[in-house]
Amino acid sequence: MPKVTYRAADGGERTLDVAVGLSVMEGAMRNDVEGIVAECGGSCMCATCHVYVDDTFAERMPSPSEEESEMLEEVIAERRPNSRLSCQLLITPELDGLLVHLPERQT
Amino acid sequence: MAAADRLLVIGGGQAGYQTCASLRAEGYEGAIILASEEPEPPYQRPPLSKGYLTGEQGPDDLPFRGNTFYEDQRIDLRLGDPVMALDLRAKRATTKAGHGLDFDRLVLATGASPKLPPIEGHDLDGVMTLRTHADAQDLKARLADGGSLAVIGGGFIGLEVAAAAVKLGCKVSVIEMQDRVMGRVTAPVVGQYFQDLHARMGVDLRLQSGVARILSSDGRAAGLELSDGSRIKASVIVVGIGVTPCEALAAAAGLDCQDGILVDATLTAGHPEVFAIGDCARFPSPYAEGRVRLESVQNAADQAKAIARAVVGTPEDYTAVPWFWTQQFGKRLQMAGLSQGYDAVAVRGSLEADKFSAFYYRGGRLAAVDSLDSPADHIAARMMIAEGLTPSPEIVGDQSIRLKDWAKTALETA
Ligand SMILES: Cc1cc2nc3c(=O)[nH]c(=O)nc-3n(C[C@H](O)[C@H](O)[C@H](O)COP(=O)(O)OP(=O)(O)OC[C@H]3O[C@@H](n4cnc5c(N)ncnc54)[C@H](O)[C@@H]3O)c2cc1C
Ligand code: FES
Repeated sequence: MPKVTYRAADGGERTLDVAVGLSVMEGAMRNDVEGIVAECGGSCMCATCHVYVDDTFAERMPSPSEEESEMLEEVIAERRPNSRLSCQLLITPELDGLLVHLPERQT
Repeated sequence: MAAADRLLVIGGGQAGYQTCASLRAEGYEGAIILASEEPEPPYQRPPLSKGYLTGEQGPDDLPFRGNTFYEDQRIDLRLGDPVMALDLRAKRATTKAGHGLDFDRLVLATGASPKLPPIEGHDLDGVMTLRTHADAQDLKARLADGGSLAVIGGGFIGLEVAAAAVKLGCKVSVIEMQDRVMGRVTAPVVGQYFQDLHARMGVDLRLQSGVARILSSDGRAAGLELSDGSRIKASVIVVGIGVTPCEALAAAAGLDCQDGILVDATLTAGHPEVFAIGDCARFPSPYAEGRVRLESVQNAADQAKAIARAVVGTPEDYTAVPWFWTQQFGKRLQMAGLSQGYDAVAVRGSLEADKFSAFYYRGGRLAAVDSLDSPADHIAARMMIAEGLTPSPEIVGDQSIRLKDWAKTALETA
């Protein structure tokens, strides 16, 4: 199973096996990673599942849909070029080793 | 706040779960007990009328958190044992199994339960409502072999179920008393759009129709007889005519209830240490006249966060902008604000292009915005409503203007 590392704003991190087809958000919620709220449960409606994708993965990551990029306007922490909504990031074998940084706040 | 503080949450739904999670996130050190009637750990309800029925989402997709969360966060989760009595003076709750739960603070998050119409046949096998995971499992099983479904009530949940059932190959009818669907909360243009959508997808939509009785055959539901005498065949009947707040426990404990447990702007119910939130609470909103009771994920979650902050810090008035969403046949409607009592509507975008927003005005001020597949409008709407900004119908209609930019400029020059 692909591995995903969630690095918190305070530097603490957890690396987990996340099944192909799950989202980065689901990987976090099912394994009780702190720092993602995901109020709408992955419907791209709430913008509380914000992550920063590490630059090393910038090229392997499909770009956000129009919907996701519009919802990204609503994130509470600073929006950066590598900001994504983690419920829209589906795990694929190519993303094995993915590193995402969690923002300080989601709400 | 003493470390020995004990906080009891009654109701393990969206609001109850979020209260516990936010209390720990805010650094609350006291004991937390989450008492829930349902047998399973807190889970999300929105998928129950959407992806869960179609099979796009399964049981594993429903729980808010994984198995270790409640233990890790020192949340004492008591499942399958409803609280039956509440003594606010003694600060003690008693469960059905006879357990006494002592508390210093109390959060009532008991939610709401579906109404059943007092019509003949409502207790037949095959007539159901949709609120819980168990309800959804039952409904999913009954729709599995592509039978026929009649939905009583053209509200959000009824229409979502109708859309899911069409996807499963069922023959679907929707019966609505009013002259349009979702009429309680949306403008005619929005209702019309969804009516056309459902009709196009093959749903038999009966507007301005009442149900006289539910027909039976061999003791099971077999269809509906409408008030005009016409009949519709259906083996599954879903009733989606709204909910009643679960307030009996609170009322028996002496709290004021009027279609919802009455709370003030800080969400406290008559006692500084008793809160009521989510679907069961009626609260004063800056976005409406008088008190409102809202049924949405946003409302449950934001109110939970507000009281978590109040418990660890100082209480503040709850002022989050209400928002809501529905998904039917792949179309997403996002709603911001409260449209009730609106007196004018302006439309941005076009229905033909399946991309538009309806802007609701009340007394010359922007009250609410419903956006169909237009998240940028929705995001701008949340900001404008929170800030009390009102774009004119001309600005709304001019798609060369980005609303978020307009709002930013309006704020800077205000
Ligand atoms: C099918 C469906 C689809 C929905 N879709 C959407 C959507 O798309 N978007 C959206 O924003 N909202 C949606 N909602 C609404 C949203 O799910 C609710 O507003 C939200 O769940 C309210 O949270 P709550 O905690 O107040 O109540 P609930 O989630 O209902 O939780 C209340 C809990 O309290 C328990 N309880 C009651 N009395 C007692 C007692 N005496 N002792 C112990 N426990 C008790 C109940 O069993 C229940 O588990 C949907 C709701 C349903 C039913
Ligand atoms: S979980 Fe709500 S937008 Fe991702």
